[in-house]
Amino acid sequence: MATISIPKRRFEFTRTQRRALITGLVFISPALIGLAFFTIWPIIQSAYYSFTNYDILRPPRWIGLQNYERLLNDRVFVLALSNTLIMVVVGLPIHLLFDLGMAFLLNSKIRGLSIYRTIFYIPSITPVVASAIVWMWLFNGQYGILNVILGWFGIAPIGWLTDPNWIKTSLIFMGLWFGGNTILVYLAGLQEVPTHLIEAAELDGANAWQKTRNITLPMISPIIFYTIIINIIGYFQYFTEGWVLTATREGAAGGPANSALFYSMYLYQNAFQQFKMGYASAQAWILFVIVLIATVIVFRTSGWVYYHAEE
Amino acid sequence: MAAPQTIRTAVPAPVAIDWRQNRIIIERIKQGVAYVICTAMALAFVFPLYWLVVTALKTDLEIFLVPPSILPVNPQWQNFYQATIYIDFWRFMFNTFAIAALSIIGTVTSCTVIAYGFARIRWPGRNIIFLIYLSTIMLPAQVTLIPLYITYRSMGWVGTILPLVVPSFFGNPFFVFLLRQFLMTIPHELTDAARIDGASEVGILRYVVLPLVRPALATVALFTFVNVYRDYLAPLIYLQNQDQWTISLGLKMFQNMYGAQWQLMMAASTLAMLPMLILFFLTQRTFIKGIALTGLKE
Repeated sequence: MATISIPKRRFEFTRTQRRALITGLVFISPALIGLAFFTIWPIIQSAYYSFTNYDILRPPRWIGLQNYERLLNDRVFVLALSNTLIMVVVGLPIHLLFDLGMAFLLNSKIRGLSIYRTIFYIPSITPVVASAIVWMWLFNGQYGILNVILGWFGIAPIGWLTDPNWIKTSLIFMGLWFGGNTILVYLAGLQEVPTHLIEAAELDGANAWQKTRNITLPMISPIIFYTIIINIIGYFQYFTEGWVLTATREGAAGGPANSALFYSMYLYQNAFQQFKMGYASAQAWILFVIVLIATVIVFRTSGWVYYHAEE
Repeated sequence: MAAPQTIRTAVPAPVAIDWRQNRIIIERIKQGVAYVICTAMALAFVFPLYWLVVTALKTDLEIFLVPPSILPVNPQWQNFYQATIYIDFWRFMFNTFAIAALSIIGTVTSCTVIAYGFARIRWPGRNIIFLIYLSTIMLPAQVTLIPLYITYRSMGWVGTILPLVVPSFFGNPFFVFLLRQFLMTIPHELTDAARIDGASEVGILRYVVLPLVRPALATVALFTFVNVYRDYLAPLIYLQNQDQWTISLGLKMFQNMYGAQWQLMMAASTLAMLPMLILFFLTQRTFIKGIALTGLKE
C-alpha cells in the first residue's frame, strides 16, 4: 500500500503550493487571456481562412488548397518573396556587421562616447514616416543631395528610388541609419566583457585579432545571436519604410517593376486593398512557416554561441 | 587606476619598456583611426536631420536650387506654422498622444502584474509557461493581423482607437520579460517578511515591490511611447476616420496631397520628430537609472 501512495503523493500539490498556483495564475491572467484572444485563437482562425475564399462581406467559403496553389503560380508573390529574401540574406548581415564594427570602434575608449551614442541612437526612435520623407528628399533623382555629392566626383546621377536595380540597395543603405540602436546593444555587450580575460590573453602574447576572435566575440556571441533572431523576424516583416518610400497617391506601392514590393506589403495589398482575406491568410501562414524554419536553422547552427558561466 | 600603472612603468627591464611603448603607440594610432571613423559616421548620421531642418527653412524656389544651398538664404520660419495648417497637425498630435497615454497605462499596469506573477510568486510550472509566453515574441504579427481585423470589425471596433489600445491591457511579452528581470533582483527576504506580517500579494506588489521598480516602469512607459509614436501599420488599418488619425498617417497624407511642397513636408516632419527628441533628452537619466537598478543584487 505504501509503495502505491508514494508516487501518487508526488503529483499532488501541498496546500501552500495549490494556493501559490492559484495566486500565480490570477496574477498572470491578463497574459493568459491575451495569449488566448490575441495570439492562439487568431492563429487558428488564420489557418482556417487560408483554406477559404473570403472577402469579409460574404461568409468564408471552403476551397481547400486553392489559395496555396494560386500563390505558387502568382508571379508577384514570388517576386515579393525573393525581394524579401534579398533583404534578409544581404541587408541583414550588412546591417549587423556595420553595427558591430561601429560598436568595436566606439569601445576603443574614445572621448565623448555619450555624444556618439546619442547620435547613433536618435534616428532609430524618430517616427518612421517622418524620417522616410527626409530620405525621399535625399534620394531625389534631380534635386537630392546624394546625387549632387556624387556629381562633385563626376559620377552620373543614380536613380536611388526609380531604378529597379538600385532601390533595394538604397533601402539597405537607409536601413543602416534607422538601425543604429543595435550599435548600442553591441556596445553594451562589449563593455561587459571582463577586462581580466583580455589582460590574461595579453600576458600570453595574444595579438589584437586573437583577442577579438577568442575572447571578445565569444563573450558577446549571445547578444549577436539575439540580434540575429530579432532582426530576421523584423526583416521578414519589413513594411513601413518600403511602403512610405514607394506608395503612390493612388495607393499602389512597390516601386518600379515591383522591385521594392516586400512580403508584408503584398500581404497588406491583398488583405486591406483588395479584401482577399483568404488569399492573404495563406500568405501569412507561409510567412509564419518560413520565419519558423529560419529561426530553427539559426538555433540549430548556434554552436558558435558561447554562454559564459557566471561565478 | 593610476597606481598599477606607475608600478608597471617602474619595471626596470629595458626590453619590457620597449614592448610597452610600442604597445602604447599602436593603441594611440588605433584610437585615432577609431576616432576619425566614428566622427565621420556620426556626421553622416546627423546629416539627414540637419538637411531636414535646413530644407524646412527654405522657400519653395530655393529647395530646387542646383547646387543646393547649405544654409537657407532667408530662413522661412513661417513654414512651420504653414505646415500645421496644411494638415490638421495639432489634432493628429493630440490623437497620437491620447493613444500613447492609454497604451502606456495599459502596458505598465498589465505587465507589472504579470511580471509579478512570474517573478515573485513561486507556483509550479511558472517557468515553462513563461517560456511559452516569451516565445510568442517570435511570431510574425502578420499571422494574427487578418483574424484580429475581422474580429474587431464584427465588434464594430474598426474606425475607433480600441484595436490600438485594448490589447495593451493584456501584457506584452517583451516588457514582461524586462520587468521580470528587475523583479527577480529584489531579495526574497523582503517580500517574505511582508507575507509573514500578513500582507496580501496585491499589498506587497503595491507597497513593497512597486517603489523599487519605478525606474523599470519608466523604461517600459518610454519604450511603449516610442512604439506607439512610430507605428504606422496599425493606425493605417484601423483608423479610417481622419478625425482619429495619428501624426504618421497625417504626414503620409501630406505627402500624397502636397508632395511637391518639400519645404512644408520637411517642416511637418521636423515638428513630428520634435516631441521624440525632447523626450529623449529629458529621459536619458531614466535609462541610466533603469540600468543602475540591475546592479541591485545583495
